[in-house]
Amino acid sequence: MNEISRAAPERSNSLRNGPNARGRFGAYGGRFVAETLMPLILELEHAYEEAKRDRAFRAELDYHLEHYVGRPSPLWHAARLSSRLGGARIYFKRDELNHTGAHKINNCIGQILLARRMGKTRIIAETGAGQHGVATATVCALFGLPCTVYMGTTDVERQKPNVFRMKLLGAEIHPVSAGTGTLKDAMNEALRDWVANVRDTYYLIGTVAGPHPYPMMVRDFQSVIGEEAKAQLQKAEGRLPDVAVACIGGGSNAMGLFHPFLDDPSVRLIGVEAAGKGLDTGQHAASLLRGRPGVLHGNCTYLLQDDDGQIIDAHSISAGLDYPGIGPEHSWLHDIHRVEYAAATDDEALEAFQLCAKTEGIIPALEPAHALAHVMKIAPAMRPDEIVLMNLCGRGDKDIFAVAERLGVTL
Amino acid sequence: MNRIAARFASLRAAGRGALIPFLEAYDPDAATSAALFAGLPQAGADLIEIGVPFSDPMADGPIIQAAGRRALTAGATLRRTLAMVRNFRADDPETPVILMGYLNPILSYGPEPFARDAAASGVDGLIIVDLPTEEADLLLPYARANGLDVIRLVAPTTDDARLPKVLEGSSGFVYYVSITGITGTRSATSAELAANLPRLRRVTDLPIAVGFGVKTPSQAAEIVRMADAAVVASSLIATLAASLDEKGRAQRDTVARVLADVRALAEGVRDARVAA
Repeated sequence: MNEISRAAPERSNSLRNGPNARGRFGAYGGRFVAETLMPLILELEHAYEEAKRDRAFRAELDYHLEHYVGRPSPLWHAARLSSRLGGARIYFKRDELNHTGAHKINNCIGQILLARRMGKTRIIAETGAGQHGVATATVCALFGLPCTVYMGTTDVERQKPNVFRMKLLGAEIHPVSAGTGTLKDAMNEALRDWVANVRDTYYLIGTVAGPHPYPMMVRDFQSVIGEEAKAQLQKAEGRLPDVAVACIGGGSNAMGLFHPFLDDPSVRLIGVEAAGKGLDTGQHAASLLRGRPGVLHGNCTYLLQDDDGQIIDAHSISAGLDYPGIGPEHSWLHDIHRVEYAAATDDEALEAFQLCAKTEGIIPALEPAHALAHVMKIAPAMRPDEIVLMNLCGRGDKDIFAVAERLGVTL
Repeated sequence: MNRIAARFASLRAAGRGALIPFLEAYDPDAATSAALFAGLPQAGADLIEIGVPFSDPMADGPIIQAAGRRALTAGATLRRTLAMVRNFRADDPETPVILMGYLNPILSYGPEPFARDAAASGVDGLIIVDLPTEEADLLLPYARANGLDVIRLVAPTTDDARLPKVLEGSSGFVYYVSITGITGTRSATSAELAANLPRLRRVTDLPIAVGFGVKTPSQAAEIVRMADAAVVASSLIATLAASLDEKGRAQRDTVARVLADVRALAEGVRDARVAA
């Protein structure tokens, strides 16, 4: 079912062939890591290429996705929301129903199987909202591997339920106080751990960023989202969607949704960045809309940075989108105009969060609430026979405390 | 012959190894930092590494991370770091200066103008932590056109098959990262060094400097018995940090205390070959 078991045939005019041998999507991507890590990155690339070709690996992956994660996730026609907005037919790809409550587990299952194949005995990860941390802690528990999760202190505070979940699952949490104590800082610290523990440790990156092969590998593992949605929509409507929308922090749920549609030019693809307090306030996480290309965390991509090339701290109400960079494939898709990138503010996301709960009985995570906020802007102007497909990539249980505080409610 | 090659040639003639202290530009402020760099040659620095502050120093431990934060707070930029080198160079035409840092500020400056301005400011070599050999074509042609050495990092994880590739296009000296880890943490054992340095000698004629975890005069001395230079960073910065007041401001003895450490390290390095 998944991307790696039936990869797109190599076509010279396809947008799905990237990256090239240097790990580049156009000018973006690459392997900008210290020499200590370089041999490991090359080993990982080799191991992944081998696993991709191995039927036993694919079978093991499919087995876990079906029986442990609960795939395929449903495609839901959000009829009340559609009629409320009064335009397009809106479908949710319900990856919030996966085990652990978000799309992150798709990638974690793939990478933990790879780590085991490589004989690694210790797993490290970074996390923002905690969804990737929880998913990593989960697969580590499942396979009996020790797990260390790096998480910024700001995020530890605003995502307490996930911190506790990770501890229950047996993971060790390292709060990171550097910078603003968010995802970027957690990633720096995870890289420092990796460089000090290269021989036995596998770094399980949670998004389509980092040095090659991570952006490609995470995308491949997440493409199951778009593959399924494409088939499900075909069954429900007999056609492709007109628009597919997903939120973007690092961009893994969006790459997973978009990649299978890249060669379908009739499908408009829209990635929604976090506009925080507003795109012109300086307090946002809109790397593509307000950043410029540079190198951070092993890849060349759009970054929020000052005139001197120092990275600027991002801001978003959503810990999962609070990152000053973006996956390199998105940077390329942005430059070639295959994907449109928009943004939604904290307030717009909060409004969408509440609307979704009240009209569909689904409490979304604050991350996909950003995607929904954009759907709310475009759907009313569309015709009733047009279809919007949105990735509901995580559930909002983890966010209720932060949202309550924001709405002035004491729990 | 450029300044780096000339310095290693004269050290070889003198039969001793080199001490390369590393300090972050603008740590803790522009004036103190300039005074420190100006005092280093007299205190026994044979070459000088100047750290270019970066917001996300992924290869650095807590001590150098804190130095970078102090420097950025004090207004450090890449352009101002080059200006600091230019001032240093006006008084010292001989001591080689190597900039060490991360790629993004250079990309932001533009690799070509950066290489031109760095050379014009009196920089001799570059060590870019997150620019492995696979990506070096981004900077190498401009560095070469301006006579700047691109100094490569070699790690314990760099195996023999990979070594020649890593050293492709490298000049000046080779920087051996003696541990798998970040700066200022553990130190390599002599057995580890004895196992790894000959691997390097077999594939390069360039001088070899050893860094990461070199803290004391006796460690520095041990390094230069096996290699050509010892790089000392975190322990000097720890001395600097300990001299600051509670608000992180330099005190009257800040410069003297750091330079006293450098002097002790230099004595260790100078005695080493005599004893050997």
